Amino acid sequence: MSVHMQFMLLFSRQGKLRLQKWYVPLSDKEKKKITRELVQTVLARKPKMCSFLEWRDLKIVYKRYASLYFCCAIEDQDNELITLEIIHRYVELLDKYFGSVCELDIIFNFEKAYFILDEFLLGGEVQETSKKNVLKAIEQADLLQEPRHEYFNVPVY
Amino acid sequence: MSDVVERTLSALPGLLGQHEPGAGPGGPGRASATSRLGGLIRSITALSSKHEEEKLIQQELTNLKATVSAPATTLRLMKECMVRLIYCEMLGYESSFGYIHAIKLAQQGNLLEKRVGYLAVSLFLHENHELLLLLVNTVVKDLQSTNLVEVCMALTVVSQIFPREMIPAVLPLIEDKLQHSKEIIRRKAVQALYKFYLIAPNQVQHIHDKFRKALCDRDVGVMAASLHIYLQMIKENSSGYKDLTESFVTILKQVVGGKLPIDFNYHSVPAPWLQIQLLRILGLLGKDDPRTSELMYDVLDESLRRAEINHNITYAILFECVQTIYTIHPKPDLLEKAAKCIGKFVLSPKINLKYLGLKALTYVIQQDPNLALQHQMTIIECLDHPDPIIKRETLELLYRITNGQNVTVIVQKMLDYLKQSKEEYTIINLVSKIAELAEKYAPANEWFIQTMNAVFSIGGDVMHPDIPNNFLRLLAEGFDDEKEDEQLRLYAVQSYLGLLEEEDAIYPQKFLQVMSWVLGEYSYLINHEGDPEVIMTRLHKLLKKTFVTSETKAWIMAAITKIASLNRGSKTIDKLIQEFSTSLDTCMRQYAFELKHLCEDKDLMKNLLPRDASCNDMVVDASLSFLDGFVAEGLSRGAAPYKPHHQRQEEKLSQEKALNFEPYGLSLSSSMSSSGFTGRQSPTGLSLGSDMSGNSTEMGQKEMSSLKLDGVKKLWGKDGYLPKKESKTGKEDKLEAVPPGSTLGGNMVDHPLSEADQEVVSPSEEEKEKQRLASTLFVGLASDSAVSLMGKADTTTQKFKRKSKISETQNSEEAPSIQHDATLSFRPLPEAQSNDNENIQSTEHVRLRKSSLSSSEVLEASISFKRPQSLTEARLDAKLPDYRLSPSSLFADNNIEVFQPSQVIPSVVASKASLIPSLSEELANNPHSEAVELCSCDTLAVNLCKVWTDDCLLLVLFVANRSSSALKNVNLVFENSEHFKIVEGLSYHFPVIKAQSLESCQKSVQMEKNCMQEILVGSLNYHLEMETGLEFSVTLSLTDFIRPMKITTEDFGKLWLSFSNDVKQNVKMSPSQGSLSIALNTLQQKLKLHVVDIVGNEGLVACQLLPSVPCLLHCRTHAGMLALWLRSPCSALPDSLLYQCQKVMEET
Repeated sequence: MSVHMQFMLLFSRQGKLRLQKWYVPLSDKEKKKITRELVQTVLARKPKMCSFLEWRDLKIVYKRYASLYFCCAIEDQDNELITLEIIHRYVELLDKYFGSVCELDIIFNFEKAYFILDEFLLGGEVQETSKKNVLKAIEQADLLQEPRHEYFNVPVY
Repeated sequence: MSDVVERTLSALPGLLGQHEPGAGPGGPGRASATSRLGGLIRSITALSSKHEEEKLIQQELTNLKATVSAPATTLRLMKECMVRLIYCEMLGYESSFGYIHAIKLAQQGNLLEKRVGYLAVSLFLHENHELLLLLVNTVVKDLQSTNLVEVCMALTVVSQIFPREMIPAVLPLIEDKLQHSKEIIRRKAVQALYKFYLIAPNQVQHIHDKFRKALCDRDVGVMAASLHIYLQMIKENSSGYKDLTESFVTILKQVVGGKLPIDFNYHSVPAPWLQIQLLRILGLLGKDDPRTSELMYDVLDESLRRAEINHNITYAILFECVQTIYTIHPKPDLLEKAAKCIGKFVLSPKINLKYLGLKALTYVIQQDPNLALQHQMTIIECLDHPDPIIKRETLELLYRITNGQNVTVIVQKMLDYLKQSKEEYTIINLVSKIAELAEKYAPANEWFIQTMNAVFSIGGDVMHPDIPNNFLRLLAEGFDDEKEDEQLRLYAVQSYLGLLEEEDAIYPQKFLQVMSWVLGEYSYLINHEGDPEVIMTRLHKLLKKTFVTSETKAWIMAAITKIASLNRGSKTIDKLIQEFSTSLDTCMRQYAFELKHLCEDKDLMKNLLPRDASCNDMVVDASLSFLDGFVAEGLSRGAAPYKPHHQRQEEKLSQEKALNFEPYGLSLSSSMSSSGFTGRQSPTGLSLGSDMSGNSTEMGQKEMSSLKLDGVKKLWGKDGYLPKKESKTGKEDKLEAVPPGSTLGGNMVDHPLSEADQEVVSPSEEEKEKQRLASTLFVGLASDSAVSLMGKADTTTQKFKRKSKISETQNSEEAPSIQHDATLSFRPLPEAQSNDNENIQSTEHVRLRKSSLSSSEVLEASISFKRPQSLTEARLDAKLPDYRLSPSSLFADNNIEVFQPSQVIPSVVASKASLIPSLSEELANNPHSEAVELCSCDTLAVNLCKVWTDDCLLLVLFVANRSSSALKNVNLVFENSEHFKIVEGLSYHFPVIKAQSLESCQKSVQMEKNCMQEILVGSLNYHLEMETGLEFSVTLSLTDFIRPMKITTEDFGKLWLSFSNDVKQNVKMSPSQGSLSIALNTLQQKLKLHVVDIVGNEGLVACQLLPSVPCLLHCRTHAGMLALWLRSPCSALPDSLLYQCQKVMEET
């Protein structure tokens, strides 16, 4: 809310992309170029520096959690601080879901990370601000399937 | 969940190397997604080089491709493949073969598989992807599902990507969901509608009241989702939602007051996202609206008060709050609180908050410059902050407080920053700001030139083309003081010569172009102290450098040519000519030849390249009248009159279709030549003539003459016309703009600026330096009121106040509209290009054209163009009576007498006074004809009056009942005509016409198909004792539909170039018609044309054929002949109008 996010990238300290979500239509080539440039720029920043960046005509808001960088692109008139809190809320959600999340959780279960993100941000806007509601929605979807799989563990053609 | 990872990791060794494609259906499918993916991930991390990774992934993709396309692959395995595909895509490898399978998976899978399928679709495809259409059916099916999770998934994917054209397919289903009992479904439905609103606002127009319902939803999430839509709608049209202000205020009050469920708290702050959204909406609603703003003061105050906890999230709210307070109609005590708040940000040790503090300061500085003063020390510190973004924002802030006294320091800081910056976007942005400040506040010539040098060096080829254009224009046009102008130019020349002296320096192309132009135009200023040979040698050297592009070389050659024209023979020139005469670059070779020929005729060269004349007027003979003799000669020899290309083509086409029954040849040539001069032939006759000449043996001759004309037109019709046109209008702008500019300038006081220059930083006394810097930066802020900061009524001298500043700003405001409105045909407008200077290419053409002419034949022509004539000198049109003042002479040829509109209707010869047709007062104010009887019988008489209103031809029909009994059901019917259209329909019904009385009806007529003169037939039917019909006819001529078109000379110039259909004809003038102005006066009166301008023996006339087809005339008198040249976008109009002109000229 009050932020129209253009895209969100998660990458490691080594510059490896861990998650990417694009809320504006861009070609694959552009996406790759943007990712490369941004990862480079953000990694080059020193730890005490500002969490905001001007980049082309966008604002980049990034934050590092352990070995993982969370990086969002917003428009110039958007609120940078609240974007930082969006990142933080997302991390909280991941943490709650995975139980003290680490980079490996996201690497190996990135589809779950995507599910949580989609439940939290939709089309670049904050969809649900209640942590409880987001997790409830995810768990509902998870729960509905799990038993089914145990009972009908037969491939569907 | 994390134990899954551990399990995976421990199982890894066994799984590595298990990459057989499609482990087969059934049992092996159990190999869990995580483990296969895990295997892939592990093996990738184990690799050391990018090359190995690529090999591995390619192998993986090949396997995946085989698996997904195998018919036996289970959906479960497919799901697992999709996850791996997503991973490969994230690593940057193309996997489009899987897209279709993602859609299939979403369609066919069970919940778990469907979820992955939808995820893959939303990650792989963008909203314009064609495959997305295949998803629509699945979405529709899932939206109707009874399973909540399925509905949620469908709504989620719709809110992310959905093809715009398929919205109608799902819209009703989603609207239904707004009433769903589950709040999550309602919320997602609102979210989906928001998405639709963004991509196709028209599609959701009808459900605006449902948005209101969502706004009132009992669930906070649904209400919050609807705010997205409202924010967007209010952004687009805030006035439409003022009535909701109170609702938003109430919601915000509740949120701030902690009335929401605790779930929505974030770090014990109630629903911060919601608060910020609402604050933003309030800001938009309260902007420039004191009454609406009044409603929100309380809640804003409360928001400020409540946000006290020292946490990022409260600062986020505070920031938004401050921004809202400064956006809406101001309230002093709130502003004070907001200012305090900004102080908290600025002074915060946290860098993020400091940044936002600067951002807020930048936002409010124009309203409250004292705030900058309060925080000046912090700002100074931020200027040297190690983090570039803080510096950048500080510069942005300083940019807004720049005035004549601190400009040198601020520009220096900006340049320092630029030198370290490599990002193109920053460079473009900052460079234009520096150029703007330099031009506005430059304290001295030297400083200005040096600053601009820096701008050009750094901005180079990425900067906005306006910058060099404006700079050159400023140099060329100068400002009020001639001496100052000269000094500035002289300094520029000296500075550039110095720069070019350095052998190995590489400058950007744009900079070189600027230098060349300045040296070419103004190097004569240093002639007494410098040798032109030296300048030419330097330019010559540049020509040989490899980094110089051919475009820049053209500029350099132009400069050399200009310098050469001012000097007697030179060795460098000879060398240069010799060198480039054999160049492989054809352009350079051409320039060399031009230069060579010019050097052989010094007088011609001087004439062609006058000194310091870049701003002088040039009068262009656009009609190419100097060729009239040639044309006349050709015509008298029997050549066919010139027909424009399109007309020839049309004729050729029509010829090909039909058999030609006309005999060939005959004595047409002589008749054609006579027609050329006497012009007695009708246009139809003309086109017939040329049709036939196309077949005759004269083909070659005609071709020849037309070719010649084409050639000339190409050079001088479009491009060649531009420079002249440009400088002419430039001058006019200046003339108009001088008075306001000088009055402004008159109030200004010169300030000594010396202290602004003392910016020396010595590390030993850092603090003192900062103080000093502060005093130089914030000078003018303390003493001056807020007004001076707005930069509107600055008390400092504006050094380079351009004479044409005002007209320029107007132009620049108009510019976009011109470009938007203009259809393609309007594109090559000289004004649009020159005034806006949008397009450096064009300007550069303009400059170059002046010196680079391609043949000596044209050179002579150009000299004949340079007759010094100014437009204002001979502005005669004021003397010409407007046709409106004397409409009595209109249509003298139409057998209808015209009334003076102001006169009372004079007595008409009619037997019965009550049956005299008279126009209503309103209509009578327009030019109109006398009423003429169309038809009559014993019982009825029909009179007609033509009224020529501004936008149509009005036929007023008077039906008089002469009998002694009332007539019922009288019908007036016009027959359908292919030429005319009657707007109100063909018939008119009079229910009753009383005895001895008169009824009237009005019909406005439009010309559908172009014609000279056509008849409109109608009849009047009534029933008395028997059915009776009276027939009548009305003659309508082209002139009935011609109206004057009031345009300016500039517009005329623009339009003229954009029209492709033209006709030229010489018409003999009788001695009584004498001068051009009398002849034009006649045309103006008789044909309702508008005389735009008269210059010497040339006149511009404009008219339009209703409803809005323009036609332009260029008239020129020449040895007792009136040369008429007509142009219009409509192909038939010039012919027809020419005919009318000929008729008028003959008759008088």
